Amino acid sequence: MASRVPVYHGPFRKAQAERLLWRAGFGPKPGEAARVAKKGLGQAVDDLLNPPRPRLVGPGATDDDGYPLAPQDAWGQDHLWWLDRMVRSNRQLIERMTLVWHDWFATSNSGVGSQELMLDQNALLRGRALGSFEQLLLAVTKDPAMLLWLNGIQNTKWSPNENYARELMELFTLGAGRGYTEDDVREQARALTGWRVDWRETVGYVNFRYDPSRHDTGTKVVFGKSGNHDWQDACRLCIRHPLHASFFVRKLWSYFIPTPPPATTESALISLYRRSGFAVKPVVGAILRHPRLYTGPRMLKPPIVQVAGMHRARGRRVDSESWTWIASLDGQRLFYPPNVAGWDDGRWLDTSSFRGRWIGANHVATPYALDVDAWRGKLPVDAGNLVSRALAFWGNPTTTAPTRAALTTFAETALADADSSWKRAEYPVLVVNALRVLFAVSPDYQTC
Amino acid sequence: MSCSCNEFSRAAVLRRSVAEAGRGLPVIEPGMPIPAGSGLDRRTFLARAAGLALSVYGAGKLPIGLFDEGIARAQGAPAGPVLVSVFLEGGADSLSMLFPAGHAQYASFRPQLALAPDAGQTFSEDTSLRWHPSLAPLAELHAEGKLTVLPAIGYTNADQSHFTSRHYWEVGATDAHLRTGWLGRYLDVAGTLDNPLQGLALSYSLHPALASANVPIAAVSRVDDYDFWARNVWGQVEQRMLDAIGSFPPVPDPAASKVAEVTQQAATLRTQLRPFEGGHWGTTVPYPTGQDAFPSRLAGLAAMIAAGLPLRCVTVSAPGMYDTHADQPDGLSTALDLTARSLRSFQRDLESRGIADRVLVLVWSEFGRRVEQNGSNGTDHGAAGVGLLMGSRVRGQMLGEFPGLASSGLDDQGNLRATFDYRSLYCSLLEQWFAADAAAIIPDAASFARATLLR
Repeated sequence: MASRVPVYHGPFRKAQAERLLWRAGFGPKPGEAARVAKKGLGQAVDDLLNPPRPRLVGPGATDDDGYPLAPQDAWGQDHLWWLDRMVRSNRQLIERMTLVWHDWFATSNSGVGSQELMLDQNALLRGRALGSFEQLLLAVTKDPAMLLWLNGIQNTKWSPNENYARELMELFTLGAGRGYTEDDVREQARALTGWRVDWRETVGYVNFRYDPSRHDTGTKVVFGKSGNHDWQDACRLCIRHPLHASFFVRKLWSYFIPTPPPATTESALISLYRRSGFAVKPVVGAILRHPRLYTGPRMLKPPIVQVAGMHRARGRRVDSESWTWIASLDGQRLFYPPNVAGWDDGRWLDTSSFRGRWIGANHVATPYALDVDAWRGKLPVDAGNLVSRALAFWGNPTTTAPTRAALTTFAETALADADSSWKRAEYPVLVVNALRVLFAVSPDYQTC
Repeated sequence: MSCSCNEFSRAAVLRRSVAEAGRGLPVIEPGMPIPAGSGLDRRTFLARAAGLALSVYGAGKLPIGLFDEGIARAQGAPAGPVLVSVFLEGGADSLSMLFPAGHAQYASFRPQLALAPDAGQTFSEDTSLRWHPSLAPLAELHAEGKLTVLPAIGYTNADQSHFTSRHYWEVGATDAHLRTGWLGRYLDVAGTLDNPLQGLALSYSLHPALASANVPIAAVSRVDDYDFWARNVWGQVEQRMLDAIGSFPPVPDPAASKVAEVTQQAATLRTQLRPFEGGHWGTTVPYPTGQDAFPSRLAGLAAMIAAGLPLRCVTVSAPGMYDTHADQPDGLSTALDLTARSLRSFQRDLESRGIADRVLVLVWSEFGRRVEQNGSNGTDHGAAGVGLLMGSRVRGQMLGEFPGLASSGLDDQGNLRATFDYRSLYCSLLEQWFAADAAAIIPDAASFARATLLR
């Protein structure tokens, strides 16, 4: 029998709990990492996998004028709506897995043109976040937003459209060129025929449905298997393809751990996945308990995770419409992945998106920025003290010596410029404000 | 963002699992461009003379200061030729760009999509073809002899994955495992170790065609809007803060180190981009306006060439998404219109600056589209597509013929057969434009025919 997936048995303290909470969710609230550390790894992961009844904790999101959001209608408020859930959900892993599936089955509203349908798909992904991958794939295949995005509704027996068939295999289940041919693409497209929708002036697309008269009932040969395959067969043939499980395991692993799985781990995960009948939850659980997650290198936080996490660290609610355009700068506008392959985790950070991350950090910190008149003369001219205050602002996350040294050097240098009594009274205030943003964009806080 | 070969990403998952399966082809991720596993890393470099800041790849062994000297030296040398590669992402429909109005099968293959038989202008070298109305600016350049058209460029047995076929074009070979780009290999032969401007991606990240093995290359994105501020921080403290952005030291952890590296790049970039705020390029030629960065990137490129910066190979993506599976006409028209008008502005700009003889533009896409339209008022992935060469020195004569829409012109999947191999074009460009030895750059170069490209 296949070996078991290794489990981490090292120390599980605040630093390890922080890493778990950032990778399996959207970062800790103040004090949360210490509380989770007390539970121990096993319980912490179990709690993530088996969350309480869904609840959004704390005051709800608003637009710039303090009104509730209209995510289905108002431009940009779809992004705010989901960001709010990331910040407030008591089911952090479910929300994070919803983001994983949004990337995996990357659908962009640029091709769908309906926030309502995008939110319906989002609910579908959330509802099946830790369920059966097979059921998830079937549901996504007939999801209206996906049918629009990859032209499923234009795929008929009279004129097959290959778009979904190709991505089904290349991006969703098998990987490029792994165990299928161009003929399989064409045959799968025929199997997937039959979806239909009506267009109503002033309303848009309505009445998505399966119409057997559009389905090609002829014999199709997929992966060498001949039959009158339909859309469900198309999905199941992919899931049962011998190369699916390895694709699934490696892709899922990559969302949580930045180095490839050891070969023995990979085969153990593959057999776990197959044994469980293509269930997601046991595989995610095994990854979250794996030693690599705690002993391996750090991971760059995806931009939206960073933004949600800063809100959580501050206990701030989503109350600014600016988050939508900031997301375009930092490179992760929800509901608008760059293409059907999703966001590129190898390219999150460059000089351009870094500016977006800076603007985001400043935007979280702005309402709390210390006012010079109110704080004049009340802070010590002491770099170490000011650095500690800035770290406390973000909930005292674990830091490394190099980052702390860079922050301290900045504070010392800036305080040394204070060559008059008014500067000595005011500069510490400015320095704390600057330190808060500097730390937020530091290597320590941009990675987990 | 560049990606070291040890970095693990989902793109790498796809590639590696293929290799393990021992079959099929690796995928290059969409929009892609890590330099295909070449292990290039990136450092910041400044061309102080022009106030330009660049992200430099593959420069790890040299102190940054050396580049300034390298650039200065290269600038002192005689002005060399520049090749600009413009990519139409998604597989542009050649049968709309240069549509075969004079072929009887066209209307039956494209019952909804066929353009009107009198739309656009006749293509003078093959009057069975007509220019898409949105390409009128290119028809104008063709009439002036400044545009060479390849109506069916590609390769046999075209791969219909965007990512794989694009990879073939980027590396200059139908080799899934090649990890350097064709322009990068040229620069490895002809470039220098101290001039990263020799290969420049006008993009947020490197284009794979430029991936080199030895010499440094660069990327520059937006140069006219790059600032940092924080609430209630000003004066001396603000200046110290801006300096501090770049002060996080590199650490052993790769991801944390990457953040430190980017913060350093950002800090330097900020100070260097100030002269470009507002986008003053010093040209009187109008470029298209709007949200898309393409026209201003070309305007900036003309300014850089005019300023004497030692560029050789430049890559940029055209506006629009050419993967037109559905509702093709509107999106395609818009994309072609902006692309064509921008290219014409670029050519006119170069002419007005007196440097048009030094620049040649190659326009390409990873494949053309299926001859027969689908039922979605769109087209699926095909094989041969259209290629263009623009410049004052091109011969302006068609290369390869249009194969026709009868069965002899199509492959067994109903896709247009290529009448000109893209590697032939690459070899000809390398030899005639750069006076380089194509055999040292393109695998099996001797097996590809050469065409006379220049007048």
